[in-house]
Amino acid sequence: MTTTMAQALNAAMRDALKDDDNVVVFGEDVGALGGVFRVTDGITADFGEDRCFDTPLAEAGIVGFAVGMAMGGFRPVVEMQFDAFAYPAFEQITSHVAKLRNRTRGALSLPMVIRIPYAGGIGGVEHHCDSSEAYYTHTPGLRVVTPGTAQDAYDLLRDAIDSPDPVVFLEPKCRYWSSEEVSFTRSGPAMDQAVVRRPGKDVTLIAYGPMVATALETAEAAKEEGWDVEVVDLRSLSPFDDETVTASVRRTGRAVVVHEAAGFGGYGAEVVARVTEQCFHQLHAPVLRVTGLDIPFPAPKLERHQLPDVDRILDTIARLQWADTPVVAGA
Amino acid sequence: MATETLLPSASPVRFVAEDGTRADQHGGYGEPSRERLKEAYRLMVLGRRFDVQATALTKQGRLAVYPSSAGQEACQVAAALTLAKQDWLFPTYRDSVALIARGLKPGEVLTLLRGDAHCGYNPAETRVAPQCTPLATQTLHATGLAHAMQRRGEDGVALALIGDGATSEGDFHEALNFAAVFKAPVVFFVQNNRYAISVPFEKQSAAAALAYKGIGYGMRSEQVDGNDAVAVLSVLDDAVKHARDKNGPVLVEAHTYRIDAHTNADDATRYREADEVAKWREADPVTRLETYLKAQKTLSDNEIEQFRSDAEDFAQTVRDTLNAEPELDPLSLFDHVYAEPTRHLEAQRAALKAELEA
Ligand SMILES: Cc1ncc(C[n+]2csc(CCOP(=O)(O)OP(=O)(O)O)c2C)c(N)n1
Repeated sequence: MTTTMAQALNAAMRDALKDDDNVVVFGEDVGALGGVFRVTDGITADFGEDRCFDTPLAEAGIVGFAVGMAMGGFRPVVEMQFDAFAYPAFEQITSHVAKLRNRTRGALSLPMVIRIPYAGGIGGVEHHCDSSEAYYTHTPGLRVVTPGTAQDAYDLLRDAIDSPDPVVFLEPKCRYWSSEEVSFTRSGPAMDQAVVRRPGKDVTLIAYGPMVATALETAEAAKEEGWDVEVVDLRSLSPFDDETVTASVRRTGRAVVVHEAAGFGGYGAEVVARVTEQCFHQLHAPVLRVTGLDIPFPAPKLERHQLPDVDRILDTIARLQWADTPVVAGA
Repeated sequence: MATETLLPSASPVRFVAEDGTRADQHGGYGEPSRERLKEAYRLMVLGRRFDVQATALTKQGRLAVYPSSAGQEACQVAAALTLAKQDWLFPTYRDSVALIARGLKPGEVLTLLRGDAHCGYNPAETRVAPQCTPLATQTLHATGLAHAMQRRGEDGVALALIGDGATSEGDFHEALNFAAVFKAPVVFFVQNNRYAISVPFEKQSAAAALAYKGIGYGMRSEQVDGNDAVAVLSVLDDAVKHARDKNGPVLVEAHTYRIDAHTNADDATRYREADEVAKWREADPVTRLETYLKAQKTLSDNEIEQFRSDAEDFAQTVRDTLNAEPELDPLSLFDHVYAEPTRHLEAQRAALKAELEA
């Protein structure tokens, strides 16, 4: 069935609610309204207020309450309305969600999912477009995943809800409405695995979340330049799948990391470091990044300058010292 | 619920005056049984001795830090005594004596402050959450857990301890609101000991009493003389019963005083006067209960002697426990970060192992 990413997420929550009575969904406006992006559409109507409910408007409250509910045997799936509005809950996430298992030496665990619609590309005003992945991936104890496709939205959310560890689940809101054929059989790769979305021989584009589609578009456009581009979709930002990524870069000898978040101190720096450490002798060029600018997310009319696009990625690929290691054009 | 029924008593509930004689501000609350009061007294003597011992151990470098609760024993002991086995206690760094009163071993309670482990006991078994350091955050956990117990049809109540300073944090207000909206069986027990490190209550809040904070959230509230063990026990018993009977959460403020500095590392003379401390020493909760129970013939000199000598033995156990250096395994650092160790952590564990063996 052709399904949007938002519908795939909805289906994942419904199936999880059906399979496990301990799963509960809550947050701001997730009930009758179905969430501001309608990701929880109809869930309260179909499963009742006990399973999917509105809370008072308080992010630390939602996450801290979820901590207690998870301690009491539930598996909360909470929605933060937007990326930048999750910051009031940041302390709960970093100080408690991430650490309770470790603090109690395994006596308590917090199987919970914090869903955060993130990143730009929808013309949102400020505070609705942040890419906050580096904050979360920098926190040991959290798993951080982000789907780039509707199929992954379903698979990853099911896995995240089943995970014994807390998961920060970043939903690329600009992809909510993109649709594709989705199978609800959970036959995809494990949650912590990256996948090669498109094979290629000359250069590896490493992307995730909202940038997966952009990377795939770039790969198509790159054909004209004579570059055969491989696209790796990370899916799991933490833990990081070194194996898939380094295998790809060893094959191609070149890599570009693409993300929307600001580059400085960003997640891409981690990827570059890991790839460089592990593939140094196979690399024909330094690993480069295409990222958002190091500025607060701009106003809607200017956001296109912030977002990495096909041209910017192609320009970066062009800088990969092709001259020293000639590529047979048009081969 | 009518607003009037949420209001706290006009003045703190009190059964026993500072000199140990009977006081009559107990507005409708019943007095706990003699046996219960005697048990409270025994635990307060034990708790005071534990506190003195722990503070002394900081001077010997056996404990990294210790936040004393001397002067707050009535609150500490009542918080533990009022809970049933299935109930959860959510303590802070200052509430070690409450944990001792709940039956935890000194070695379990002090791992956090000694620096051995973040939590020295199994919360799932003891139903005591890890002692919480980020202020007020535990009030939300208590609320969520209370809600979870209620939904499971369990009979449990959660009691969250919190200081006066921490009531200014957003999480406290979010917790009160969530608790009231969800009618969660949770008791918020504020120990207003007049200071948040150096900041006096007057600079913390303009409220006449923190107990008044409950009413705005639609929550029953009460204030109590925190140095009167009879009153604290009575009010907390009632609050826990109220929550257990599915009437929703309760906020209780105890007016008390922190006799010692914030921790052993703090110099309290920089922010408060000696006469203030001296005045509060007169209000000592342990001697107050002792005088009262003796006058009531509930407590004999022999029993007092016995409790003190038991407390001495206990102090010896605390010393022995802390003097024995436990072996800490550095490789355990990588345990329990995730349910299954990730490959990165396996690699880091191997690297540290090699380093240790080199
Ligand atoms: C969120 C947060 N901010 C600051 C601190 C540092 N801190 C530790 S104790 C304390 C004072 C707390 O006072 P109060 O709530 O009255 O409790 P008390 O220590 O008196 O028991 C502060 C500011 C902290 N632990 N957590």
